[in-house]
Amino acid sequence: MKNKFVKWLSLPYAVWSIAFIIIPLLMVFYFGFTDKTGKPTLANIMSISLPVHFKSLLIALLLSLISTIICLLLSYPLAMILSSMNKDNNKLMILIFVLPMWMNFLLRTLAWQTLLENEGVINTILRSLHLPALKIINTPYAIVFGMIYNFLPFMVLPIYNVLCKIDKNLLNAARDLGANEVQTFFKVTLPLSVPGIISGITMVFVPALTTFVISDLLGGSKILLIGNVIEQEFTLNSNWNLGSGLSIVLMLFIVISMIITAVFDKDGEGSAL
Amino acid sequence: MANVLKKIYIALIFIFLYAPMAVLIVLSFNSSKSRSKWGGFTFKWYAKLLSDSSIMEALITTLSLALLSALIATFIGTIAAIAMTGMKKSTRTLMMGITNIPMLNAEIVTGISLMLLFIFFNVKFGFTTILLAHISFNIPYVILSVLPRIKQLNPSAYEAAMDLGASPFKAFFKVVFPDILPGVFSGMLMAFTMSIDDFIITHFTKGAGVDTLSTKIYSQVRKGIDPKMYALSSVIFITVLALLILINLLPGSGKKTKKEKH
Amino acid sequence: MKKVFLFGLLATLTLLPVFGCGKSYKNGEVYVYNWGEYIDPDVLEMFEKDTQIKVIYDEYETNEMMYPKVEAGAVVYDVVCPSDYMIKKMIDNDMLAELNWDNIPNAENIGAQYFETSKEFDPENKYSVPYCWGTVGILYNETMVDEPITKWAQLWDPKYKNQILMQNSVRDAFMVALKLNGYSMNTTNNDELQIAKQSLLDQKPLVQAYVVDQVRDKMIGNEAAIGVIYSGEAIYTQRENENLVYVIPEEGTNVWIDSWVIPKNAKNKENAEIFINYMCKPEIALKNFDFITYSTPNDAARELIEDEDIRNSEIAFPDLTKYNNLETYKYLGEDGDELYNSLWKEVKSE
Repeated sequence: MKNKFVKWLSLPYAVWSIAFIIIPLLMVFYFGFTDKTGKPTLANIMSISLPVHFKSLLIALLLSLISTIICLLLSYPLAMILSSMNKDNNKLMILIFVLPMWMNFLLRTLAWQTLLENEGVINTILRSLHLPALKIINTPYAIVFGMIYNFLPFMVLPIYNVLCKIDKNLLNAARDLGANEVQTFFKVTLPLSVPGIISGITMVFVPALTTFVISDLLGGSKILLIGNVIEQEFTLNSNWNLGSGLSIVLMLFIVISMIITAVFDKDGEGSAL
Repeated sequence: MANVLKKIYIALIFIFLYAPMAVLIVLSFNSSKSRSKWGGFTFKWYAKLLSDSSIMEALITTLSLALLSALIATFIGTIAAIAMTGMKKSTRTLMMGITNIPMLNAEIVTGISLMLLFIFFNVKFGFTTILLAHISFNIPYVILSVLPRIKQLNPSAYEAAMDLGASPFKAFFKVVFPDILPGVFSGMLMAFTMSIDDFIITHFTKGAGVDTLSTKIYSQVRKGIDPKMYALSSVIFITVLALLILINLLPGSGKKTKKEKH
Repeated sequence: MKKVFLFGLLATLTLLPVFGCGKSYKNGEVYVYNWGEYIDPDVLEMFEKDTQIKVIYDEYETNEMMYPKVEAGAVVYDVVCPSDYMIKKMIDNDMLAELNWDNIPNAENIGAQYFETSKEFDPENKYSVPYCWGTVGILYNETMVDEPITKWAQLWDPKYKNQILMQNSVRDAFMVALKLNGYSMNTTNNDELQIAKQSLLDQKPLVQAYVVDQVRDKMIGNEAAIGVIYSGEAIYTQRENENLVYVIPEEGTNVWIDSWVIPKNAKNKENAEIFINYMCKPEIALKNFDFITYSTPNDAARELIEDEDIRNSEIAFPDLTKYNNLETYKYLGEDGDELYNSLWKEVKSE
């Protein structure tokens, strides 16, 4: 498909991305590198070294890392089971994972509050069974929980996609050559699914790193994540310069995770769907 | 044994994913306006739902936005993805980098920067500005889902079709398009979903009197969520679920039974 | 087949608005920007019918979310309903138009004392007409505390560990801590603020959660024993859970007013004044009060309240002269805001 005509097909997107992606991004950089009077400054960027900001960044990194790992551990077996099932159900499976996202994000997260609260649904059930109560609402555990809930589909889908693409003959060949189940998994399946894993990791890690609604609703706002700081600078403190500056810092981490993705996933095989 | 374990595992994950849905459905029948108190069983929120013109308008706006932005984004994204395969590696990497920006940028930054952009160019805020914003953050999802499909294509099939006398257009629609269709479709679905769920970018790019369900729900948070929203969510949820089941049982999907034997 | 079906369905939905009815109003339109759920929707329809002015209604969640949208002029609104300190900020930044009181005769229904209070942010009563007002106080659950709660200091009592809900907003949180220490809630004195910050840090281990909107649901559901809440929510929460009691703390608290103002760039100023005038009608103010349960400054409307308990309620209509340490929030200027915000961030990130 290497003819001239095909190249022109990218024109609408090129124009679009300059107008609605690049220019807005330049505006963020402009705000990030200037102060309120418009004078250039590095203060907004450097403010990440303030204990307040640095701590919120560290906590956000830690919590999103933990939830990414748990998402991976939960998703891999699930994706394996699903991919071993009837292929015609593929689309249905994808839809079933996407369906909860059609309910408003805020309503879903509020529903978890109703479930997890000290007097909530889960604890009422536990108490009637004379089991100890679950005390995780308003703690970092609840935030991790909310992240896993909201971003799990982003991990399952790419892994599922790569697993589906693995040629069954490869697995049969491995077995014929004397490998047992465990060996086949570690020598064939796992290495082949790396692009999906990496893509899943990025797609969970990045939104988890920047979230602020989950920490507000399930963490009782007692823990400040970098996403909360940025959001407050924009919506409460009207300090767009500082908000943009911190966003640029956050983008740095996002770029790092993108580079890692690019290294492992050269062909873009593990893309979302 | 292993099969039973597998089924239990899937069931557990599904309970996890759908527990909040159950809560929302139960709340929609709660006659108390508070989400933490059961005031008795009622249908009144459903009855009032249809006569609430502002919620109905928001629903229609939300769906029109999601559908239009998904369709336009799918068109632009798909042709861009096709074009990207023909590019030099460096250009392609650059394009991919740009594509990743809106997916990875904090939403509020995207929202405010788009607002500034529209003000700068003196665009009247309203349905159009939201639509433009939604298309912008939807295109990447389409590209990311179409691209892998294109890479799996056998390029010689397209060339063979041309050699056999098909025009580039015909060759494309007869040979390439059917193969990438699943990717196009799932990209559109993702775009549709993202558009429905977005609040922040919509908030900053919307004009007066235009509301989506998300902006309505968020503005209610301060005074408590209107239980009619639970009712509406339940209706949407049940409708979509029913559609999914129905479509999978339709005779058109009979081919399933044939393939199963492989 | 499936796809055709889905497309057909969605296309129908998309086209619906095209066929939607376009009712015409002969007296033009008015763009209203108000808090979420802060008006009885029926009132808007009545207004349209009575005045033949089309209302284009929009909602926001916080004063701070509203400000950049009005300032940037993304949408030109004719009537906005900010809180006291935000009105001051808008006056200071020359964003508001002077009202023509001849067009708002119904403003006389508003109690004189509310215009008096308004002078703290609108010194000559030139820009704003009070719409709702209230206090910030403590809501507690009788069955979950050992003794009646009467003062802010009890929010620092270790025996209520994990039973306290604090407000998750800078000004409200610092107001509590500043009043606890006997300072003004509008102070910009760094030493006083440092002491207040230390108080908030001391309190943090006892706090179950910092919340804004969730106080009412959590209190109704017996999730916490004590919460900081706006008085407007008290009537509603008590209706849902009779064990809840609302008090204005001894140390004093914040009195706030949300008022109608007209931005300077408004395109339909006269319609905006007709709208404000309509909102000041006693029966309309009463309808809104019934719907949102926030105290109305409209004395004529209060007279119309049938339920005597509510008309004379100390919660909905406290006699402000009985309290000598109530204050409204003042706009602290950019430096003041920044100081508060950075201290609050330190509290939150600890």
